[in-house]
Amino acid sequence: MTQTRQPWLIAVAGAALLALALFATLQGVTQIGAVEALRALLSPILPSSWSADLVPQDVAILTRLRLPRTLLAAIAGASLAAAGVAMQGITRNPLVSPYTIGISPAASFGACLAILAMGERGLSGQVMLVGAAFVSALVCAVLVLGLASLRGISGTVLVLAGVGLSYLFGALTSTLQFIATEQQLAVIVHWAFGSVNGATWDGVLVTGMVLAACLPVLLAQAWALNAFAAGGDEVAASLGFAVMRTRVTVTLASVLMTAAVVSFAGVIGFVGLIAPHVGRLLVGGDHRRLLPFAAIVGAGLLLLADLAGRLLFAPVTVPVGIVVAYLGVPLFLHLLLRPRGRAS
Amino acid sequence: MTLSARDLHLKRGGRALIGGIDLTLAPGELVCLLGPNGAGKSTLIRCLDGIWKPTSGHVAVDDRPLPSLHRAELARTIAYVPQHSGETMGLDVTQIVTLGRAAHRHRESAGARRALVAAALQRFALAPFAHRTFDSLSGGEKQRVLIARAAVQEARYLLLDEPTSALDLRHQLEALSQVRAMVDRTGVGALMAIHDLSAAARFADRIALMKEGRLVAMGDWRAILTPERLRDVFGVSAHVGEIKGVPYVLPTEVP
Repeated sequence: MTQTRQPWLIAVAGAALLALALFATLQGVTQIGAVEALRALLSPILPSSWSADLVPQDVAILTRLRLPRTLLAAIAGASLAAAGVAMQGITRNPLVSPYTIGISPAASFGACLAILAMGERGLSGQVMLVGAAFVSALVCAVLVLGLASLRGISGTVLVLAGVGLSYLFGALTSTLQFIATEQQLAVIVHWAFGSVNGATWDGVLVTGMVLAACLPVLLAQAWALNAFAAGGDEVAASLGFAVMRTRVTVTLASVLMTAAVVSFAGVIGFVGLIAPHVGRLLVGGDHRRLLPFAAIVGAGLLLLADLAGRLLFAPVTVPVGIVVAYLGVPLFLHLLLRPRGRAS
Repeated sequence: MTLSARDLHLKRGGRALIGGIDLTLAPGELVCLLGPNGAGKSTLIRCLDGIWKPTSGHVAVDDRPLPSLHRAELARTIAYVPQHSGETMGLDVTQIVTLGRAAHRHRESAGARRALVAAALQRFALAPFAHRTFDSLSGGEKQRVLIARAAVQEARYLLLDEPTSALDLRHQLEALSQVRAMVDRTGVGALMAIHDLSAAARFADRIALMKEGRLVAMGDWRAILTPERLRDVFGVSAHVGEIKGVPYVLPTEVP
């Protein structure tokens, strides 16, 4: 199989993502004209005379509801996709993603636990939420990836261990739901579906900052990820990479991004699985290109899924996590059943 | 100027994998490492490349102890060719070979690196596969890619772990000729674990014979691969000789 390696593909994909984001922001139950909408979106950074004639309610809908929603969907998709690429690279396993090895469900459990324990949520509450999700996700990652680094553990066992831990953390979350009060339950259920309903600027800021911090860290490890993908620990070591340090760095960055996304958007499966594969098909396996490209693909995918969830059954909004699963499950089965040793 | 091991021991899980290994590899020579399965050939190679830490004894490269070398410096000094690579997640041939420059990447321009990799692809007849995914290649092509990656590493020592065990006759011969040519052309010192005794006798300058984690003999193949020793180490009777200057070791029966 010959690969396309056009560097302009990333620029094109980036431009397409921007256009899609703009389109998604303009769509909604309240019809607002494109020109008015653009002016409303730009109103916070332009002189007030520009937006003086706009309906304040429209401006609020766009800047407080739709824009954060669009941004959270894009950031969540990009974060999960980048985490998926990094985890697949370091484990050399195309079935690995934050969802399939149980890290997202673990983060969700941590977030639910924090909600039950704290109740009120301020900004410190948000930090606690991410922190609890992170710690819980990290415990899961150490368990699963620790198993993987043991000699003789095959790729299938890694995924099965992930399935087991997904069940465990799912059961733990169900237990919390069972003992939660009515109000707490309403909040917790939001996590189980995975959605960007009720996205806030707080969520956008926290997940955005985590993405902005972690993606460069992963990009700095792109050569090392290539080495791991090319031959595992031994080859990476013989090519001059510090195996343990790379493993720890990549795992921490991936888990942190996953935990941040889960803290605000709940468990969204399969983006972290699909986006890396779409990326490899289009730009090849070099992580220097694959990481940014897959992040763009992931962002676009979640935007599309959210758009579909909002528009197809309007006025009912289907959570994005459910829509994505319809795309992801068939692909996951295809990957699981395809003959091994072929290119993606 | 050698890669040398002194009284090397490695225990894993309470079992001694190798013990009391003394071995010296000089630049410009090809040493073939022979021995039955489980004799410790791969273990020795991993210890020599610093991938595994020996329980006792030490490895020195050009009189410097291995642990004193930084990982990247080690990679510029010793290259490693694994037996196979498994699934490589969509990386193409150019990307795999380029990884051989990983330890050099901070001291060269991307353009110089591309030129070097392109030249290596040409030399190993891999140019037509430059943008094919590694996973889509045949066994012989894959092995050529892994040898090309080690070649661009421009190391002074080369460790190969059974690079021919998955290849058919023609590709075995091709890969071994390439390793031999690389040793002669660049003066790299190569240690190669291999199962084919005849090929080892033909291509190696020296033979190192291992049994149960120990080095039992080392030297010219005529002195090492005697029928008595083959019976002792491999548990087979064999005819050993030369036909038109090509050595052969022909196992006849299990006594």
